[in-house]
Amino acid sequence: MLNRIVKAKYKTMETSLISQEELLLEFENKINAEQKIEPLDWMPDEYRNHLIRQMSQHAHSEVIGMQPEGNWITRAPSLRSKKILLAKIQDEGGHGLYLYSAAETLGVSRDQYIQWLHEGKAKYASVFNYPALTWADMGAIGWLVDGAAITNQVSLQRTSYGPYSRAMVRICKEESFHQRQGYEIMWKMMEGTKDQQEMAQDALNRWWWPALMMFGPHDSDSPRTSNAMKWKIKRETNDHLRQKFINKTIPQAELIGLKIPDSNVVKLSDENYQTSDINWDEFWKVVNGNGPCNEQRLAHHIKYHNEGAWVRESASISNPK
Amino acid sequence: MGNTDTQGELWEVFIQSKPGQSFKHAGAIHAFDREMAIENARDTYTRRGEGSGLWVVRSKDIVSVTPNEEGYFFDPSNDKVYRHPTFYEMPEGVKHM
Ligand SMILES: [Fe+2]
Ligand SMILES: [Fe+2]
Repeated sequence: MLNRIVKAKYKTMETSLISQEELLLEFENKINAEQKIEPLDWMPDEYRNHLIRQMSQHAHSEVIGMQPEGNWITRAPSLRSKKILLAKIQDEGGHGLYLYSAAETLGVSRDQYIQWLHEGKAKYASVFNYPALTWADMGAIGWLVDGAAITNQVSLQRTSYGPYSRAMVRICKEESFHQRQGYEIMWKMMEGTKDQQEMAQDALNRWWWPALMMFGPHDSDSPRTSNAMKWKIKRETNDHLRQKFINKTIPQAELIGLKIPDSNVVKLSDENYQTSDINWDEFWKVVNGNGPCNEQRLAHHIKYHNEGAWVRESASISNPK
Repeated sequence: MGNTDTQGELWEVFIQSKPGQSFKHAGAIHAFDREMAIENARDTYTRRGEGSGLWVVRSKDIVSVTPNEEGYFFDPSNDKVYRHPTFYEMPEGVKHM
């Protein structure tokens, strides 16, 4: 870090000689030319803060997202499905690590990010505040939740912040099996007994709306979208990405005989599907901490983080710097 | 910066995808010593045969120059165009050059 710190000092001296407007102009020119912003480059505070918030929320989501699926490892119906589920969850832990590393380049330590999560100052994807009740939920989560995440992450591969973009490229490569393993579970169940079919349909009924909520509020209600779009942190708006996901997913459901739990689905002439509006009261309720599992998810993370303290401590004692 | 440090040092990870190729930066990990660093790098960045060669180096030991900050640092390569083979005129018809 020393080298980075020296550079940061040098940078401050230099900054005082060049006006803020010039720096901002240079920064925006770079973004408009589709060049990546790297950790030591000058960036506006709002850009850095937006990334700190978005990237840490993304990292926390990967890690908290391990909980609903972890719930089913010991009850996976076959050795094959158990191995797949373990590998999938291990990937999600890895995604968290890629993203924490990338987020640390913004000058915030990993300990700090975790502390903000525990204090409730940082959020994670609300979808993980729903419980995974049956084995079919492993199918619905992989197919819908990972499917929605992929739609968002494919777009974020082109984000303007270099470390974030590179983490997304790596993550997207790994995600493709996640969605397929989930869809395979749903398909197998739809080929099975009547009970299994009902279980799959029930899982879709419960996960469909939370998956659509993953894209966030309507663009018109999303105050931070404009700067994020202008500076190319986000490349496509919430509504646009949600529509993409809906268009991909409805035919996949129909193909295996599942019914989308929305009686207002209409295929429009331009290939877009129209759906009912999301229940935004429920969305805000869960975002604000009152979903079915909010407390449980955070308490679990805090518990195991604290219980692991002695491991980190003894590792640092036996390996002094 | 955070007020505590319980995560170990930061290490940069480089992967060689095939023998003979250059090592490429993949990301970073935390670890308390060299052995833990190389194992964490393996578990985090090479779960799908991304490479067979792996380097880890403490982030603080990397000396770097970034494009904007020190443009002059790279100047010599720009004004010495005669370092590039395309600078030279060649007679028509010359082969294996
Ligand atoms: Fe992931
Ligand atoms: Fe995933």
